Amino acid sequence: MVHTSLDVVDEKISAMGKALVDQRELYLGLLYPTEDYKVYGYVTNSKVKFVMVVDSSNTALRDNEIRSMFRKLHNSYTDVMCNPFYNPGDRIQSRAFDGMVTSMMIQVC
Amino acid sequence: MEGLTLSDAEQKYYSDLFSYCDSESTKKVAAHGRVLELFRAAQLPNDVVHQIMELCGATRLGYFGRSQFYIALKLVAVAQSGFPLRVESINTVKDLPLPRFVASKNEQESRHAASYSSDSENQGSYSGVIPPPPGRGQVKKGSTSHDTGQPRTSADQQEPVSPVVSPQQSPPTSPHTWRKHSRHPSGGNSERPLAGPGPFWSPFGEAQSGSSAGDAVWSGHSPPPPQENWVSFADTPPTSTLLTMHPASVQDQTTVRTVASATTANEIRRQSSSYDDPWKITDEQRQYYVNQFKTIQPDLNGFIPGSAAKEFFTKSKLPILELSHIWELSDFDKDGALTLDEFCAAFHLVVARKNGYDLPEKLPESLMPKLIDLEDSADVGDQPGEVGYSGSPAEAPPSKSPSMPSLNQTWPELNQSSEDTAIVHPVPIRMTPSKIHMQEMELKRTGSDHTNPTSPLLVKTADLSEENKINSSVKFASGNTVADGYSSSDSFTSDPEQIGNNVTRQRSHSGMSPDNTAPPPPPPRPQPSHSRSSSLDMNRTFSVTTGQQQAGVVAQPPAVPPRPQPSQAAGPVVHRPVDADGLITHTSTSPQQIPEQPNFADFSQFEVFAASNVNEEQDDEAEKHPEVLPVEKASDPASSLRVAKTDSKIEEKTAASAPANVSKGTTPLAPPPKPVRRRLKSEDELRPEVDEHTQKTGVLAAVLASQPSIPRSVGKDKKAIQASIRRNKETNTVLARLNSELQQQLKDVLEERISLEVQLEQLRPFSHL
Repeated sequence: MVHTSLDVVDEKISAMGKALVDQRELYLGLLYPTEDYKVYGYVTNSKVKFVMVVDSSNTALRDNEIRSMFRKLHNSYTDVMCNPFYNPGDRIQSRAFDGMVTSMMIQVC
Repeated sequence: MEGLTLSDAEQKYYSDLFSYCDSESTKKVAAHGRVLELFRAAQLPNDVVHQIMELCGATRLGYFGRSQFYIALKLVAVAQSGFPLRVESINTVKDLPLPRFVASKNEQESRHAASYSSDSENQGSYSGVIPPPPGRGQVKKGSTSHDTGQPRTSADQQEPVSPVVSPQQSPPTSPHTWRKHSRHPSGGNSERPLAGPGPFWSPFGEAQSGSSAGDAVWSGHSPPPPQENWVSFADTPPTSTLLTMHPASVQDQTTVRTVASATTANEIRRQSSSYDDPWKITDEQRQYYVNQFKTIQPDLNGFIPGSAAKEFFTKSKLPILELSHIWELSDFDKDGALTLDEFCAAFHLVVARKNGYDLPEKLPESLMPKLIDLEDSADVGDQPGEVGYSGSPAEAPPSKSPSMPSLNQTWPELNQSSEDTAIVHPVPIRMTPSKIHMQEMELKRTGSDHTNPTSPLLVKTADLSEENKINSSVKFASGNTVADGYSSSDSFTSDPEQIGNNVTRQRSHSGMSPDNTAPPPPPPRPQPSHSRSSSLDMNRTFSVTTGQQQAGVVAQPPAVPPRPQPSQAAGPVVHRPVDADGLITHTSTSPQQIPEQPNFADFSQFEVFAASNVNEEQDDEAEKHPEVLPVEKASDPASSLRVAKTDSKIEEKTAASAPANVSKGTTPLAPPPKPVRRRLKSEDELRPEVDEHTQKTGVLAAVLASQPSIPRSVGKDKKAIQASIRRNKETNTVLARLNSELQQQLKDVLEERISLEVQLEQLRPFSHL
């Protein structure tokens, strides 16, 4: 899983080389024989990457849903960033952020 | 047990507590009874209490000796500060606030109160009034077996000083004594005078926010009785509170906040402790916050940048995670900076946290920055007892904050609203597309610095006539720059219903029209007649088309009549006048119907013109230009107008007939084609120079006309060049305006698209389900 994510990131980096404007990338395709899950990638304008791994056992989420989730994620992330006490790179400990993410997960599942 | 080092304040505090617990004066306190109550009052979980007792060795001894008691108290403080309970932590933890005991006082008070009828009443009121502080370990309080069974036990945690209750009966005297007593240790606690509640607060200040909560609650709800109690409590607590305050101040002197907290902790605690209004900020607190704000940001209406705020709040020695959470709560608009209100809220939260209050999950209402639009709701939503921001505005500094946050907060809304209304920027008129266009055109017009006749028209309240004028002007522009079909289609439909269609074009036109009118006018511009004529032309055209002319708009009528004359006067140019007449009639009568005529007319005219040569004074043309241009803008079909214009031009040139007439005649006839006319004229005029500036001919003509003295050939050349330059500039301006208009349209469309996408997203879940 970890290696897969890294590969995903690498792929995204290469993708970014061509068109940075692409705000969201749907990277469907990491379907391993054993692990059937989908990885969605999302890149922000500041090269921050969000990777979402979804278990395929769940009914495939629609593309727009994924996009909306990423959008919400992005918004929450920017709110977290606004906090001067937050050092970029630290683990995000914002309760609001976590709450948003959790609610999103619950909504999907 | 390890050696326990206590600061003076702690020493005093602990000794007081020990005395309290050691009712038998046996120098040792039984593990049960008061000590237990005391520890329970510390609002620590039972296991923590047990741990403390174990650590301090009381379990070994079976009782609390003085040292054990002190150790236990210290451990309580450690535990309350969130540090792990370890023996070493007794001495290693620096700046440890005094242990807070919440419920103990209640019990004592209740006991004492029971003895006093008044007290009981008060306490009853207290209990009824004081809601348990949220987030506080109510267990302990509840556990205080207080017979009064006051729920407020939780809230009242008064210091273990039993005398607290007694003073109730004699508030006046005891408080004084207490106060003095407390004063000493606190070293001139300035807040003392603040109130019985003040000192009452101070004890709880750092150590016992709960008590302050109780106090605050009391104060909030039943002022009279609580106040007495406060006094009493205050008196008794003052000693301890002072002690607590003192140590707090001693410990935190290095940091501004600590000092601040030491000084204002009383008020702060008092305020912060009120839970129903637990987050309400008292005036003193607010004043303090404001002063602190000023130290960072002198402008009370300004922001504190995130980095400065971070530094400031880091001094409070709260864990970064909590500070981060506080920031999240207080930075209401998520802009990375704190306004005065946000800062006060953050400060308040920090103080509360330091006093042991748990941070709320979301910002309390009373701490929310006041938004202009939320003020009403906030006032409504606030409980009667809650004053919060609405109350604090009573003070001068706080008064700023409501307006400030409102200002700060409203700008996002303003932005949004402005976005909505962004369609029309400077001009308030926005009701109809035409008006919007008018405004846009106004913009362009103003931008072009042209005293367009249309601009005054635009300035007027949106009238149909104005719209028409605009349309006409727009048409001029369109005619100038856009294909003939453009203007022709737009045309003349100065009709309101067509305004929409023409709006866009008009926008572009408007940009252009001013240009069109501008260039030629520079020389002749000063002549009011031109503008008038142009406006008149427009009106005329409109009247022709729509019948709604602003007769009063401009003295256009004068310009109108001459118009046909020039065409007729174009004697020399036979077919020109004929064409012009025909065209004029066409334009005037059915401007919309001659999309193509102008073309050929232009050509014909052009040829004619070329043939005729431009030898006449260009004065007439100059005059015509301004007139024609505006007239062209009047929205005649480019072609017809152009034709007429060219004809008129030619005629003037040739016949040197009343140039005004010609121009006037032509202008109304060919509002839209103004640019075309120019082109034609320029072509004609520039023919000698082989200039391809279509629009410069008009200018050139104007220039030439204005300088009759200059020898024709030479002057023409120079003037032609100048005119062509001018025309190019005009064209540039017009195109720039057109570009801006188109961009505006694009923006609007994008906004619509975004809104639609949002709606789609909102509806998507439902569709999915």
